[in-house]
Amino acid sequence: MTVTASAPARVSSSANAARPVRRRRRMTPRRALDVTLKTLVIGLLLAVTVLPLIWLLLGSLKTQTEWLNNPSWALPENFLNFENYATAWVDGDIGRYILNSALATFPSLALIVVLGVAAGFALEVLVWRGRGGVLLLFLAGIMVPGQMILLPLFSAYFQTHLTGTIWPLILTYTATGLPLTVFMMATYFRAVPREIFEAAAIDGASIYRSFWSIGFPMVQNAVFTVALVQFFFIWNDLLIALTFTSVGDYQTIQVGLLNFTGQFGAVQYGPTFAAIAINVVGILALYLFLNQRVMRGLTAGSVKG
Amino acid sequence: MNNVFGNKRAVLVFVGPALLVYSAVMLVPVLWSLGYTFFTGSVITGFKFAGFDNFTKLLSDPKAGDALLFTLKYAVILTVGQVLVGYALSLLYVFWLRKASSLVRTLVFFPIVLPTVAVSLLFQKMFEVAPQNGIVNEFLNLFGIASVDWFGSADTAFLVLVIMDIWRSMGFYAVLLYAGLLDIPEEVMESARLDGAGGLTLIRRIVIPLSLPVLLSSIIFSINGTLKVFDSVLALTNGGPGSSTTPLTLLMFRTAFSYGDYGYGSTIALALTLICLLVTIFIFRSSRRDLTKA
Repeated sequence: MTVTASAPARVSSSANAARPVRRRRRMTPRRALDVTLKTLVIGLLLAVTVLPLIWLLLGSLKTQTEWLNNPSWALPENFLNFENYATAWVDGDIGRYILNSALATFPSLALIVVLGVAAGFALEVLVWRGRGGVLLLFLAGIMVPGQMILLPLFSAYFQTHLTGTIWPLILTYTATGLPLTVFMMATYFRAVPREIFEAAAIDGASIYRSFWSIGFPMVQNAVFTVALVQFFFIWNDLLIALTFTSVGDYQTIQVGLLNFTGQFGAVQYGPTFAAIAINVVGILALYLFLNQRVMRGLTAGSVKG
Repeated sequence: MNNVFGNKRAVLVFVGPALLVYSAVMLVPVLWSLGYTFFTGSVITGFKFAGFDNFTKLLSDPKAGDALLFTLKYAVILTVGQVLVGYALSLLYVFWLRKASSLVRTLVFFPIVLPTVAVSLLFQKMFEVAPQNGIVNEFLNLFGIASVDWFGSADTAFLVLVIMDIWRSMGFYAVLLYAGLLDIPEEVMESARLDGAGGLTLIRRIVIPLSLPVLLSSIIFSINGTLKVFDSVLALTNGGPGSSTTPLTLLMFRTAFSYGDYGYGSTIALALTLICLLVTIFIFRSSRRDLTKA
């Protein structure tokens, strides 16, 4: 996947116009100013975005004495000092929190994908009365703030003795993820030509076969994008995790991190920074690896309005 | 063929499970929550019927008033900030950086995918004053400005919150609006240029009017998100100092889980939902009127 995939068409014409100037090899003062200004702006923009992270990573390598005796911008004395990470991982229990997050996130994602893709297929490809209404019903869910459903769910989970298990998280994440997923999947299925499904039906394929052998493979890419978007929502969620894991051992990484500073925050800089860094670096790696897809998915998910 | 696509059982098989989970975990709780607004108490202490008490309380509660004001202030300032900075960046990408912009786009976008809690804690440390100056205060000291206790007063805490959330979201809005700018037909731009429009005139007369739809959807998306702000406030300021940075969402959370009043909590949540709905409709309506006028 190339990064320049969506470069604007108009660029070429203006680039052509600028070329004769460049061919002279000597920069006119105006052009030199232009280049300098551009470099400055890009540099400033990148500095603003990236510097906090660099500070985070450097800070996670410093010892407590370095933190207290040197200014906060000082470089670590030993760049290979990973002790803070060990402390965060062992004493701070970050490993367990990450495991909990994974236990909540991946089953929810699987459920969201299976239920959402099937529903999107039924709403777009199948013909039945009331499908417009059902689609609207799902759409309405995008607007509802999480606060609106927290208290009844808390009561329900409490009375069914699910509180303290991983189930409240999985169920709630699945349900809150469905509206957007159903909506996005319906949009993607709309782009698949109907004739393909009709041809399959003429060839004698049942609707289940049609879905499994044609519909699903054709939107596979979209499914991955949608799952990725939901992954970020669920993994980074605080509200639901905080509500349903106040009791029990299933605190997610976000809740754990919040408590972590409660435990060590004011006193222990290094481990706190290491814990934040662990949480950030994994997500960052995922993003750098799949950046175009993430950007497309997240922006597509927002046009819902 | 209609038998295949109109198969009732297939409809049930495909849409049934999703609808069931969605209804049970979202639709029913929404209605249930409406019911809670007439009660007081919690699932642990038991409920007592309260009539319209929660609603009268909401109207006279100074805490709720403060939280509402804070929520609106935050939503308006952040929506304006996010969309303006995002729009400026997207113009920068399209008209100035051009092909070189893909790397910048990708890098400036990434803060939005980072966990809010992690970013908030990082910003807490960046703006820290004691026991150690964070880099922001060190930077100010460099210019001879004394260290500021950022989280010590309501205004500065709010400022840090706004800075952080704009830092987090500007790249996202830039990409969102960038996609809209690319949709402006090349011929329109070209003919405007031939007619002598350049620089700011081009932007004011052609680019802004033509990207109005995507600007509008960004504003609606932004205001809906910012009215529901929770994570960043909780993790960055925890509502403080005092309760000066407490939005409705956090007040609702505290009311329900710290004070065990589900009824009043649900009433606040309902108020928030209605505000989101009203604001969205209002923006939609007013923009439509403008479009017909023009």
